[in-house]
Amino acid sequence: MKTFRIGGVHPPESKLSEKEKIKILSIPQKAFITVTQHMGAPSVLNVKRGDKIKVGTLLAKGEAFISANLHSSVSGKVAKIDNIPDASGYKKPTIVIDVEGDEWEESIDCSSDIKKEITASPEEIIQKMKDLGIVGLGGATFPSHVKLMVPKGKKADILIINGVECEPYLTSDHRLMLEKTEEMLIGIQILKKGLQVERALIGVENNKPDVIEHLKKMTKNFPGIEVHALKVKYPQGAEKQLIKALINREVPSGKLPIEVGVVVNNAGTAFAVYEAVQKNKPLFERVVTVTGKSVKNPSNFLVRIGTPISELIEAVGGLPEDTGKIISGGPMMGKALVSLESSVAKGVSGILIMNKKEAKRKAVLNCIRCGKCVSICPMGLEPFLLAQYSEFGEFESAEKENILDCVECGSCQFTCPSGRPLLDYIRLGKAKTSEIIRNRNKK
Amino acid sequence: MNLLTISGSPHIQDDQSVKKIMYNVIVAMIPALLVSFYYFGYGAVKVTLISVASCLLFEYLIQRFLIKGKTSINDCSAMITGVLLAFNVPSNLPVWIIIIGAFVSIGIAKMSFGGLGKNPFNPALVGRVFLLISFPVQMTSWPKPIESARQLTDAVTGPTPLAVVKEGINNGEAVSDLMTKIPTYVDMLLGNSGGSLGEVSAITLIIGGIYLLFKKIITWHTPVSFIGSVVIFSGILWLVNPEQFVNPLFHLVTGGLMLGVFFMATDMVTSPMSAKGMLIFGAGIGILTILIRVFGAYPEGVSFAILIMNAFVPLINKAFKPKRFGEVVK
Repeated sequence: MKTFRIGGVHPPESKLSEKEKIKILSIPQKAFITVTQHMGAPSVLNVKRGDKIKVGTLLAKGEAFISANLHSSVSGKVAKIDNIPDASGYKKPTIVIDVEGDEWEESIDCSSDIKKEITASPEEIIQKMKDLGIVGLGGATFPSHVKLMVPKGKKADILIINGVECEPYLTSDHRLMLEKTEEMLIGIQILKKGLQVERALIGVENNKPDVIEHLKKMTKNFPGIEVHALKVKYPQGAEKQLIKALINREVPSGKLPIEVGVVVNNAGTAFAVYEAVQKNKPLFERVVTVTGKSVKNPSNFLVRIGTPISELIEAVGGLPEDTGKIISGGPMMGKALVSLESSVAKGVSGILIMNKKEAKRKAVLNCIRCGKCVSICPMGLEPFLLAQYSEFGEFESAEKENILDCVECGSCQFTCPSGRPLLDYIRLGKAKTSEIIRNRNKK
Repeated sequence: MNLLTISGSPHIQDDQSVKKIMYNVIVAMIPALLVSFYYFGYGAVKVTLISVASCLLFEYLIQRFLIKGKTSINDCSAMITGVLLAFNVPSNLPVWIIIIGAFVSIGIAKMSFGGLGKNPFNPALVGRVFLLISFPVQMTSWPKPIESARQLTDAVTGPTPLAVVKEGINNGEAVSDLMTKIPTYVDMLLGNSGGSLGEVSAITLIIGGIYLLFKKIITWHTPVSFIGSVVIFSGILWLVNPEQFVNPLFHLVTGGLMLGVFFMATDMVTSPMSAKGMLIFGAGIGILTILIRVFGAYPEGVSFAILIMNAFVPLINKAFKPKRFGEVVK
């Protein structure tokens, strides 16, 4: 079975909510919508305090090349614009909306029927995705329309759809691929048209046999879309690893997938593209998994952006007594939340609640030079060495050892028998090394 | 509301730990240990117990009174050093020599560098080589298996097969004659021949090694390249002149070779980190072993070969990097 070649680990899958159908979460009383929810230049505010808004109203505009629009997920009145900590823990400009009813913009097609025919031209597709704020929903939240604008001199020949969901616990893509299959497949056809390629490959790990079987059946009606089962191995959902696993092309160090003629999009993004292009619906809701070993009812919810995380936790039976850590995202790459004040943003794929015992790290011992981190690093790096260089401030040496190739998948720290905080040090090293490089380039 | 833990990802860790690795190594050594008790009896039990106890004690004392840190003896690494040191000495070694060996292993080779993970050389081998050079007589009087097990004192001693062959060849005897003077291959494989107490039984060491491979404590790279280079190098010599050089199989089942392959050369701390590095490391040990055995002054060369290659590990780590993903060819 296909998989990527170098490194990789297999953490316990813990997909507690994989059998739970997507439920629609009720609209919050108050929505907290962070102004910039994507990777790239900040969006510029388009509303002010006291404005009456509807679901789908443009709240902020992405004016730079790599930026994204933001739309309201609720209808009501803008109560205030304030600085509130988001998932990263930092205070960010946030639009607070007092919710009144659920009134949608007229332009949005609210009907439930599936619109199959793709009438939009490639240019219109890209424009629609840009206007309606589509970003990558796998977690990186890179503005999706930018990916379709292939730079001069490069050519894409394959579209890859990431349905791997290699993070333990998370099941939002799993459920979406099962329940919104047709919409997602139309979304893929739209992306293919936008990118002007003939072939699309969907990569799904073998721990989701129901999805693979269902997709294989459904894709018979969609020419040019293939489904590939992949061996379960983390981090297969990392785009470079996924490309390697599916078509055996290796993205050069420091380059983007387009270098090898590939564009990768998440399965959830494909669904959002369908809704945007076919239904004129901006990206203002997404599927979020709320899970954890102590959680009463691990679930998958369709959630409006801006819903406070506390409401998601209420919906699964409240915060367990022994909660030690709350993570936005999965356990391998997610961010630990500072408080429940923050709200759902476009990039939040799951909320994972860990108990006190799980929240505790192993005691840190000496490195015993077992070489495990070297053998599992999917980028072929030497994590122990990078961590050591970072610890002692030798960032130039770290740069020579390709520290910037690190994708922060966390496999090294996961696997270290001495419990060493390898990735903590490597992150520090990456930040410092980038700074050094920036300063060097300035001169 | 109770406080939340904040930390960087990843938020989960594998259940592997240093302690578990060490336990597994100890489990892997049990078959060889039992065989040594069978062949060498009380002597083997005594040497093992004293070696392990003094290694643990030295580690505890040094940690407690010199380094003044947390005691590390419960990570079991000192216990492994103790067993390996015992494996590397004759079963009739006087108690005081064993204690000196333990002190050199733990005190000098391990703790003076900062303890587990910091030592450049394999501690048990440093101890053994120190004893071999300091006490050559006691270190090379090998009790005969079975016979010595029946006696509590004054064990009957005899040379190891390697020593028989080495001396014979030096005296100009032909290999085919010498082969009649040593135990059969089956005996040497099982352990019914003279030697250090843990090295005699190749088969139990191989079983232990397979266990370690199965448990993913060690990888195949070092053992395969070590054995491979021994076979190739000694095989070439043997093909050139089978009356002057012994066949590769003899080299594989005698002396400390299997002990070296699976328990010494694969020591995580003192071996390279990358797969390529391990292949080079193992091949180097194999070639040096045969060089010393065939052309050197000592009949056995595994310990020296491993220690010499230990010294090359930092260089190997620098020179042989793993293949980077998406490496741009310059």
